[in-house]
Amino acid sequence: MEQLKTIGRELAMGSQGGFGQSKEFLDLVKSIGEARSKAEEDRIVLHEIETLKRRLSEPDIPKRKMKEYLIRLVYVEMLGHDASFAYIHAVKMTHDDNLLLKRTGYLAVTLFLSDDHDLIILIVNTIQKDLRSDNYLVVCAALNAVCKLINDETIPAVLPQVVELLGHSKEAVRKKAIMALHRFYQKCPSAVSHLLSNFRKRLCDNDPGVMGATLCPLFDLITIDVNSYKDLIVSFVSILKQVAERRLPKSYDYHSMPAPFIQIRLLKILALLGRDDKQASEKMYTVVGDIFRKCDSNSNIGNAILYESICCVSSIYPNPKLLEAAAEVISRFLKSDSHNLKYMGIDALGRLIKISPEIAEQHQLAVIDCLEDPDDTLKRKTFELLYKMTKSSNVEVIVDRMIDYMICINDNHYKTYIAGRCVELAEQFAPSNHWFIQTMNKVFEHAGDLVNVKVAHNLMRLIAEGFGEDDDTADTQLRSSAVESYLRIIGEPKLPSVFLQVICWVLGEYGIADGRHSSSYITGKLCDVAEAYSNDETVKAYAVTAIMKIYAFEISAGRKVDMLPECQSLVEELSASHSTDLQQRAYELQAVIGLDARAVESIMPSDASCEDIEVDKDLSFLDNFVAQSIERGAQPYIPENERSGMLNISTFGSQDQHEVSTHGLRFEAYELPKAPVPPRVAPTVSSTELVPVPEPSYSRETHQAAAASSVSDSGSSELKLRLDGVQKKWGRPAYSSSTPSTSNSTPQKTVNGVSQDVGSTVNSKARESYDLKKSQVEINPEKQKLAASLFGGSSKTERKPPSASHKVAKASSHATESSLVPNKAVVTTEVVSAGTNHQPPPDLLDLGEPSATSSAPFIDPFKQLEGLLDPTLVSSTTNNGASGSSNAPDIMSLYADMSTTGQSSSTGNSVSADGINAIFTSGFSTATSTDQGGVAVAQSSQLSKGPNPKDSLEKDALVRQMGVNPTSQNPNLFRDLLG
Amino acid sequence: MCFEKVIRELSGVILTRGPKLCNFVEWRGYKVVYKRYASLYFCMCIDQEDNELEVLEIIHHYVEILDRYFGSVCELDLIFNFHKAYYILDELLIAGELQEPSKKTVARLIAAQDSLVETAKEEASSISNIIAQATK
Repeated sequence: MEQLKTIGRELAMGSQGGFGQSKEFLDLVKSIGEARSKAEEDRIVLHEIETLKRRLSEPDIPKRKMKEYLIRLVYVEMLGHDASFAYIHAVKMTHDDNLLLKRTGYLAVTLFLSDDHDLIILIVNTIQKDLRSDNYLVVCAALNAVCKLINDETIPAVLPQVVELLGHSKEAVRKKAIMALHRFYQKCPSAVSHLLSNFRKRLCDNDPGVMGATLCPLFDLITIDVNSYKDLIVSFVSILKQVAERRLPKSYDYHSMPAPFIQIRLLKILALLGRDDKQASEKMYTVVGDIFRKCDSNSNIGNAILYESICCVSSIYPNPKLLEAAAEVISRFLKSDSHNLKYMGIDALGRLIKISPEIAEQHQLAVIDCLEDPDDTLKRKTFELLYKMTKSSNVEVIVDRMIDYMICINDNHYKTYIAGRCVELAEQFAPSNHWFIQTMNKVFEHAGDLVNVKVAHNLMRLIAEGFGEDDDTADTQLRSSAVESYLRIIGEPKLPSVFLQVICWVLGEYGIADGRHSSSYITGKLCDVAEAYSNDETVKAYAVTAIMKIYAFEISAGRKVDMLPECQSLVEELSASHSTDLQQRAYELQAVIGLDARAVESIMPSDASCEDIEVDKDLSFLDNFVAQSIERGAQPYIPENERSGMLNISTFGSQDQHEVSTHGLRFEAYELPKAPVPPRVAPTVSSTELVPVPEPSYSRETHQAAAASSVSDSGSSELKLRLDGVQKKWGRPAYSSSTPSTSNSTPQKTVNGVSQDVGSTVNSKARESYDLKKSQVEINPEKQKLAASLFGGSSKTERKPPSASHKVAKASSHATESSLVPNKAVVTTEVVSAGTNHQPPPDLLDLGEPSATSSAPFIDPFKQLEGLLDPTLVSSTTNNGASGSSNAPDIMSLYADMSTTGQSSSTGNSVSADGINAIFTSGFSTATSTDQGGVAVAQSSQLSKGPNPKDSLEKDALVRQMGVNPTSQNPNLFRDLLG
Repeated sequence: MCFEKVIRELSGVILTRGPKLCNFVEWRGYKVVYKRYASLYFCMCIDQEDNELEVLEIIHHYVEILDRYFGSVCELDLIFNFHKAYYILDELLIAGELQEPSKKTVARLIAAQDSLVETAKEEASSISNIIAQATK
């Protein structure tokens, strides 16, 4: 009985098309779907693995069965379990002659193996054979696999064939060959460097799909080398123009936009080609302007193109009219309710701000809204924008905000990032030393362990060097305030290690410098640190060295040193430490204390952390010793690379590349990479304590050698204090000149920004003033204040606004009716002028046809296409009779929003589109749409593949029959994804 | 980082986001664009300089093609036919780039491949086969 049921079920499924899987597989999927916990799921999968292992070991498995096993194995891996025992079966299946099996084999292999897996070598041969196949589908399957599995070692094995396929008669093959070549280029540029001209050729392919695919590699190539591709600008512009004018086949339309994905790629390429190139940019203005005008801003894809246009406009040589169009789109994005558009708007604003900084002020409230939005993504994007517009006048507000946010998030990755940003801004724009130190303290306190060690070194360097001004008192003050703040913080529990290192170093160098604190007080604190963080050897090392410095300074100043008892016990403990580094430091400390003042003065000079120390890396001071030893019969030293008879690593690398491109496969194992052997330099090279101090007599001889090597050895130079950059950044009265002129008009602009929605209804003054009042009441005074501090700049003194508008700027709920009245006139006129500004004359960017198009040696890829409109498409269009819309047969237009289709260019279109929708919905409700009009019948037959209630019902019935029932966990199992 | 860990981490990030927020999340220096269809989330990890809105539409493009292929696609279609979803994806995206912006072309290619599949399936699903399988 049970068997009969099963047969019936299988039969039912077979007749309906079903899911085409065996019951076993369906049961597996079903049980996984119903598993209530991860543990249960794991149990099921492990059981399945056992089953599969057993099955696979059986002899003579029918191929069809094997195919299903492979799919089940993919499923198992998808759930995070290991199916490596069966990889070889997947590899075997790629050898099969049957395309269906072959494809399954390739799919499994591409999902199972990474491109450096050992088994790849077994597939290369199959791929080679398949690339030669007569059946283009086999070739396509092989090319798909090529893109995923071929690595730089195996590229040469398939490269000639892939290149040959660029001229294949099927466009699908040409397209995939292009993508494969692109992939090779990404993996190993040198392997295909001689083939790059092929991409140019394929740009003129008859098939738009191939042309579109070619844009991907060209984009990468142009990114690297703009100048070699300047000659293509005319072609790109011409293609873009034709795409925008809908000269591509209708099937490339997407949501009634003509080939948007191709447009976006072209805009990206143009942005690269026009960067800093006025001449090149001028060729693009017309077409980009056209796109701004033509784009449908109601659909998502239209906005994607608009955004890309903004990116392009902000990258190429600026054009005022285009910038204006871009600014208009940005303000639309920012005012939108959609978070996605706001996000894009903020990003676009960040791009445009480089060219026209004043644009941010129009949107200050929108920006602040985004900053305070609960959506983290939007918030972070806004921080990015603020980072770009930071100047000395608003750095405090921005960095404070950033730090507040940094404190309240858990995402370490982003925490690191934003901490880095804070440090960068603080270094660049700090208004005062005190603020700088405070800010750095906060960053270190809350994100210390995440901050790059270099940042800590930078901070130490800044404190040590001062800020480049010849004002010693300022430097001294800075150090004192640093010491004070560290002494305050030092007692807090659980400070990050990096921060403690900074604290110890600063206390050691400057703790007693200003005489405010006694050495015993400072050393006591340092001992406390070493004790409290006894697990952290680096901190202990810093602390003990700091103590040594304090004592050394005391001794050289002629004062008597009494070691604190806790200090003594610390030193004793460390001299017995497991860490040789700590041991050495402890012994050094003991030794230094025993010396007299003059000796101490010369080994540990006060405030000498900025002095350069020559490190004799060639160890030339040992020359004598070496010579003596050799005389006595010792073996001379042979450098490591000569010893193994190998070439230098760098020449080896280039030879290696050469080999790859000439030979087929390499089967011998690679030499193990040699770790470079830099001299081990302790992380604290910046301070004096760790560096081996060469004796003065040597340093003179080796000076030149050391200087030369420091240039070439970037590793060690990074550890040193780098003096460049910082001085310039620091302490300058940064120019705040960019704001004053515009900040005067800020108040009006704000209002203008708010009420811009009604810009076209200029005459209705009454309504406007109402909107104005409303918007002002709505604006939170706090926000206004924040806006003023962010965007208004330092202009409190500079700003001399007319009193009335000044009040608007501070507009708060206190704003009374009376204070508003005088403003109204000003505001409305502003709006009027804005309104006219925003409605450019229709021929704004119509600079006429670029004459270059015809003169350039460019084969129009679309000329041949124009007649190629799908004949069935045309005939169905005529069938539709009266409505006669070219849109009608495009089923996908159904998915477009109502508004989108409604907006499409001609009225005829929109009528018919609505018609379809109407018919469609009625079909939905009745499911018997036979008595619709003629058009309806035509339509419903067209719709057989589209969302169809009957389909859904059938499917629902089918799966229920199979025993899959929607549980409460997932009631959506049957819901149309697009429904 | 292993695949499963990525999925776990990302789903933790994405599932906790409210419905009205951006369809984008920043994640380990990448951007992830996601879109929800019924109870399924489609996610794409993209580079910093990619256009998020475009990627959102690529996802939608894919779902539309799935819908066309399966006929009002639902989650179960994808669960039971995940390999077919992969085949379709292979015609749409290669090496992270959109290779074919035309739905029609993709549909045609998949149909060509399926016509071969169909013949194979017919052989396979003959009644005798099924009965043999059931009585095993």
